[in-house]
Amino acid sequence: MPTRKNTPPAADRLLPLYRTMRLVRQVEQALSKLFADGEVPGFIHLSIGQEAIAAGVASALQAQDSLATTHRGHGHVLARGMAVEGFFKEIMGRDGGLCRGRGGSMHVADLSLGILGANGIVGAGIPIALGSAVAHQVRQTGGVAVAYFGDGAMAEGVLHEALNLAALWRLPLLLVCENNGWSEFSPTSRQFAAKLQALAAAFGIGYDPVDGNDALAVADAALSATAALRAGDGPRVLECVTHRVRGHFEGDPQKYRDADELQAAAERDPLARARAALLHAGTKADAIERIDAEVAVRIDAAIAAARADKLPSFAAAIADVYTRGVAA
Amino acid sequence: MSATEMRYVQAVAQALHDSLQADDSVVLLGEDIAHAGGSFKATRGLLESFGPQRVRDTPISEATIVSAAVGAALSGLKPVVEIMFMDFVTLAMDALVNQAAKARFMFGGQGSVPLVLRTPHGGGLSAGPQHSQCLEAWLAHVPGLKVVVPSDPQDAYSLLRAAIADPDPVIFVEHKGLYARKGPVDTGIAAAIGQARIVRPGRDLTLVSYGATVATCLQAAQTLAADGVEVEVIDLRSIQPWDRATVLASLARTHRAVVVHEAVQAFGVGAEIVATLADEGFDELDAPLLRVAAPFMPVPFATSLERAYAVDAEAVIAAARKTLS
Repeated sequence: MPTRKNTPPAADRLLPLYRTMRLVRQVEQALSKLFADGEVPGFIHLSIGQEAIAAGVASALQAQDSLATTHRGHGHVLARGMAVEGFFKEIMGRDGGLCRGRGGSMHVADLSLGILGANGIVGAGIPIALGSAVAHQVRQTGGVAVAYFGDGAMAEGVLHEALNLAALWRLPLLLVCENNGWSEFSPTSRQFAAKLQALAAAFGIGYDPVDGNDALAVADAALSATAALRAGDGPRVLECVTHRVRGHFEGDPQKYRDADELQAAAERDPLARARAALLHAGTKADAIERIDAEVAVRIDAAIAAARADKLPSFAAAIADVYTRGVAA
Repeated sequence: MSATEMRYVQAVAQALHDSLQADDSVVLLGEDIAHAGGSFKATRGLLESFGPQRVRDTPISEATIVSAAVGAALSGLKPVVEIMFMDFVTLAMDALVNQAAKARFMFGGQGSVPLVLRTPHGGGLSAGPQHSQCLEAWLAHVPGLKVVVPSDPQDAYSLLRAAIADPDPVIFVEHKGLYARKGPVDTGIAAAIGQARIVRPGRDLTLVSYGATVATCLQAAQTLAADGVEVEVIDLRSIQPWDRATVLASLARTHRAVVVHEAVQAFGVGAEIVATLADEGFDELDAPLLRVAAPFMPVPFATSLERAYAVDAEAVIAAARKTLS
């Protein structure tokens, strides 16, 4: 990217991260409203307040890389470049959805982008990403696989198994923990007796803590971690400390959280911080607002297209249980 | 191509060898499959032939091994995972049921999960309650999985080649008690998943089975033949999908059927088959449909107890006579 006159390089790096975060934020704010209005069925888990991790990690990825994510995975897939229209159509249960309306929010996937799915099972994406890392290693793609997981998954056995296996096989696996302090409705302090740093150290795996609300810090950490992975140095853990602003799911009244904590989370908002940093670095306010407006237009168009799209075909759905359509 | 006499376990190893040789994307994962050559020696020599990138010893982490196979399958490989005893699939059920089985469907038909999970089921070795179970009905109940159960060395070879070539997840159920059994194997014979085979034709009664109890049915048929009863024996070979057409056509000839399997009877494969025959073959029936399968209890350890637990030819003959009376 060309550096503009009088603009420090940091702003040039931050602006695209801001754009990605803005996209994720506005998509999820739109989803929140669509859900409240009854236009999104089922349940959705929003990552509002955690967008810096999605944007920062995605900025370090290359075309051949892959990822598996969680039930709170909208940001990760959008930052990776998932089509916004196909995303909305999926979550609104339409035929043109990326998964033809069969998966919804918890299963958005785009294999052409190496997105091996969000996942409805806590921790389940970790060993799937590990398997993708095996494929990178066997096929010598030069790629890395990213396993996104929340702090709630730290108590899942597959994380411990995966750390062991990734270390044994020196896999190009980046384990990105979004530690937002909450395992569903319980504080992580009541859920997990260890520390992720100590767990990684137990397996001899490199560990980097990072401020998960600072997009540039995440991008730098992810870039350095993925460079090490590509060099064959074995797996790495990136623990991104962040805050979950919304409930576990939309509609969760969060009676278990106190106002002070929610206020503190709001004050650390990664978008507000990025915006302040951009302004401080000399980016014009109207340049930022132009991004916001462009993102809004994109989202409005995607929602309009989703509303206009037809409902999914049941015959096509049942025919896709198997590749060759066999049934019992 | 001519047939070679080999043991069932050698046929499995030959199919793995030939698949590894034919397709660079095939990789093997499992506990003690590489250096040790497998607990039952089904992977003997493959590490030496294909190297540690493609033939991998894993730690004892069934959940992660099978989930990793899903991720690898979604990323361009064709993993073949060995789970040492079928009883241990309990530890990998999320990977099979929530991930492998559903990925193609829930991602809207993008790609598929071409993985094979090989695992031996079955008793007869006094291996006890946690090393003897036949759990295939659980997996046959899950949309998206295929379940194949070869009963002889030729099928062990041909169906394993077909399973590895299949674009969808296949559970390939071997039988510990069959591993040493010998038979001719022609590596030029291809098999299609979902096709049953009539292993003995007969006009009086149809016995439907799969896996090790196919031999039990043949033994029963031989005894009944001495009394002038001509029994048709069908080896399903695959229980998901299963070959309704062959079984219904047989029922239309014999008008009597008994389903035989080693697994527990309640809520089992036999229940599904009998229900289908009752639905679709009702007009053909001259006698109640019967099942011969294990009682509703865990597989016991003591040889005497296990013998009493197991389905044998006597039980099949008794059911056949009841059907014919």
